[in-house]
Amino acid sequence: MRGILNWLDNRTGYRALLRGVLYERIPGGARWRYIWGSTLVFAMVVQLITGLVLWSAYSANAQGAWESVWFIQNQMTGGWLLRGIHHYMAQVTIVLLVLHLMQVLIDGAYQAPREVNFWFGLVLLQLVLGLSLTGYLLPWDQKGYWATKVATSIASMTPVVGPGLQQLLVGGSEYGHLTLTRFFVLHAGILPAGVALLIVGHIYLFRRHGVTTPKNAREKPAGYFWPEQVLKDGVASLIVMAAVLGLVLWSGGAHLGAPADPAEPYAAARPEWYFLFLFQWLKYFPAGWEVIGAQVIPGLVLALVAAMPVIGGWKYGHRFNLGVATALLAGIVMLTWQARVQDSADPEFVEAQAEAEVMARRSAELAAASSGIPVEGGLAMLRADPLTQGPRVFEANCSQCHRFQGHDGLGGQPADPPAASDLAGFGTRAWLAGLLDPERVATDEYFGATEHVRGRMSRFVQRGVARFTPEVRSELEKVIMAVSAEGSLPGQVEQDALQQAEIEEGRALISSEEINCTRCHTFRDQTEGDVGPILTGWGSREWMLGMLHDPTEDRFYGEDNDRMPSFGAEKLLTEAEMGLVVDWLRGDWVSQDNDGH
Amino acid sequence: MSEYNLEAPGLEAGEEAPGDESVETAGGERRHFLVSVSALLAGTLAILAPIGAAVVTLLDPLRRGQARGDMLLVARTSAIPEDGSPRKFTVTADRTDAWAKYEDSPVGAVYLRRSGDEVHALNVVCPHAGCFVGIAQDRSRFSCPCHRSSFDLDGVVNDPTSPSPRDMDALDVEVRNGDEVWIRFQNFLPGRSEKTPV
Repeated sequence: MRGILNWLDNRTGYRALLRGVLYERIPGGARWRYIWGSTLVFAMVVQLITGLVLWSAYSANAQGAWESVWFIQNQMTGGWLLRGIHHYMAQVTIVLLVLHLMQVLIDGAYQAPREVNFWFGLVLLQLVLGLSLTGYLLPWDQKGYWATKVATSIASMTPVVGPGLQQLLVGGSEYGHLTLTRFFVLHAGILPAGVALLIVGHIYLFRRHGVTTPKNAREKPAGYFWPEQVLKDGVASLIVMAAVLGLVLWSGGAHLGAPADPAEPYAAARPEWYFLFLFQWLKYFPAGWEVIGAQVIPGLVLALVAAMPVIGGWKYGHRFNLGVATALLAGIVMLTWQARVQDSADPEFVEAQAEAEVMARRSAELAAASSGIPVEGGLAMLRADPLTQGPRVFEANCSQCHRFQGHDGLGGQPADPPAASDLAGFGTRAWLAGLLDPERVATDEYFGATEHVRGRMSRFVQRGVARFTPEVRSELEKVIMAVSAEGSLPGQVEQDALQQAEIEEGRALISSEEINCTRCHTFRDQTEGDVGPILTGWGSREWMLGMLHDPTEDRFYGEDNDRMPSFGAEKLLTEAEMGLVVDWLRGDWVSQDNDGH
Repeated sequence: MSEYNLEAPGLEAGEEAPGDESVETAGGERRHFLVSVSALLAGTLAILAPIGAAVVTLLDPLRRGQARGDMLLVARTSAIPEDGSPRKFTVTADRTDAWAKYEDSPVGAVYLRRSGDEVHALNVVCPHAGCFVGIAQDRSRFSCPCHRSSFDLDGVVNDPTSPSPRDMDALDVEVRNGDEVWIRFQNFLPGRSEKTPV
């Protein structure tokens, strides 16, 4: 063994190298205050390990990014932990960087002869911020998409080269596949390579000049990097890792929003917390001063920090630098705090955040269902979801007249009072029972605000049904069951199957002398007149789509139609939009309970 | 296992590596200069081809991706509220994203408003920093959720502290065949006072 090692040393000189690396002399001995640089190297190694494995499952394109990150997060064994470590280590790195920088400033370690190393450190800081910025977009969720849009918009404000710069970053005039491939090569290729090179240079220069020892350490005996300082660095790295793991476990892992959608507003768009101060800063620059706030002043501040080694050589220069650094840090903390306070006091932001969370959860639920993510991607999947999209179509197109549980479908209250029935539960036994309730038929829930309030149906309910004997009433209940069963509502099919006998009775009773729906309505093969809407298939998907398509058809309201637009016939809505609102009203959507729909 | 002196490969012990001392004569100096220049030239030329190809490909997005500004059908007039309040409509179009062609896919959104027979269209993207402008809860104005730009319902900046450098971007509108609302959908560069199409 010894012979082999001797041979290896002769051919490579590894012993001298190791000796050089490990037995670095530390005047005054190992200290806890020297750990910061090592913890940062540790953080970078963690990001390299976790990042490479994330890369092995990530797909950088507009129909693969969100999808592959969802897969890593929710399907791959340990994926959530891996992504969680990468996500939170990135945040902890920023904290460590600030601590490292502040310590270098306080100890005067930036002064001659260590100027170049200070500049290396400043460039490293910017590269790490660049890694954070590019990494934020890669999951291609609403949050990353809209926050990064602001960042590239700021790039486009650069005088002269701005528009070109933005186009090069984005890979065209609009966000798309090439935005992801470009951000990815920055995030996983160019920036990490720059970080690696600069870390080598940073450590080389650090070794060349040695640690900056505090005054009180100079009398103490010298120590060595190995093993005293390595032990301290190791313990510190362990604490950093424990903190990151704690964050991952506490939060349940890194967040993944709903897939990015250029047509869907995202009012909760905010950058990561360590960029919040810049976000807040921009609010204070009125029209025409954006470039000053977004680029000129940050650039000048950075230039001032870069000049600190020079300024530090002047009389009181070091104190001036410390003052500037403290003021900057205080300013950053204050702006961050302000941004947080303003957001949490803004009900619209809080609501937008809650809404974003609903969409994020729904996206994950849809992706996890057996129907899964279609080849068109997560956005197409979400856009075809009746549960979340139906209410939007309803609010935009139906809520001028109709209500849903008294609201506009999204929980809002339209300016005008309702002019048609409340469609929540349309097709169910309860809805039909309400319509046939003499007390309720003429309220706003049903025909109250329509022409039909003076029609034959209202008259029949208010005069006829009101006088039904208890016996006929129980017959009517069976008729209600029978008509409601026509819709095959997902929420009611089980109950219908159990009460098949009553439903059969109801089908026969519908043309009984007292009840006699078929005097005006067609029900299956029973009909006398064709005045009211057809009850065959009432509430079914086909029936409702037909009604939306053209309510003036003879099988629906015919000439008696009251203001209901022909959404399909007049091309006010697409087939897909009508399908979304119908499926939503019918309660027909993918869920964990009825998985596989 | 034989021991080799690997400190200076190819040299006998005691021999010095070539340095400044070896170019004492004038001819040697010239030769040294020519060899140095040639070495730099050869190396540079060799690396130029891959760098050139890389730069050209990286710059490719600069010569494509100009928005066409086509007229697109976004709504029917009957879908726009008669009381003049704005309503958001998704703009869909056939588009090409790098290698992929998408039919009828969302490319953005607009606010449409009616005043009498006229229809006005505003791009929802904030001219300040590119966020999605929303309608304030009391529906009396537009408000951007990012940096608090504020606009009246005509899209005009209505607050002196509003950071937006210009009004919301109005888009060309044509009403065709009686009720079809067609707009020329375009995005504009944010953060500048003039409207420059992206």
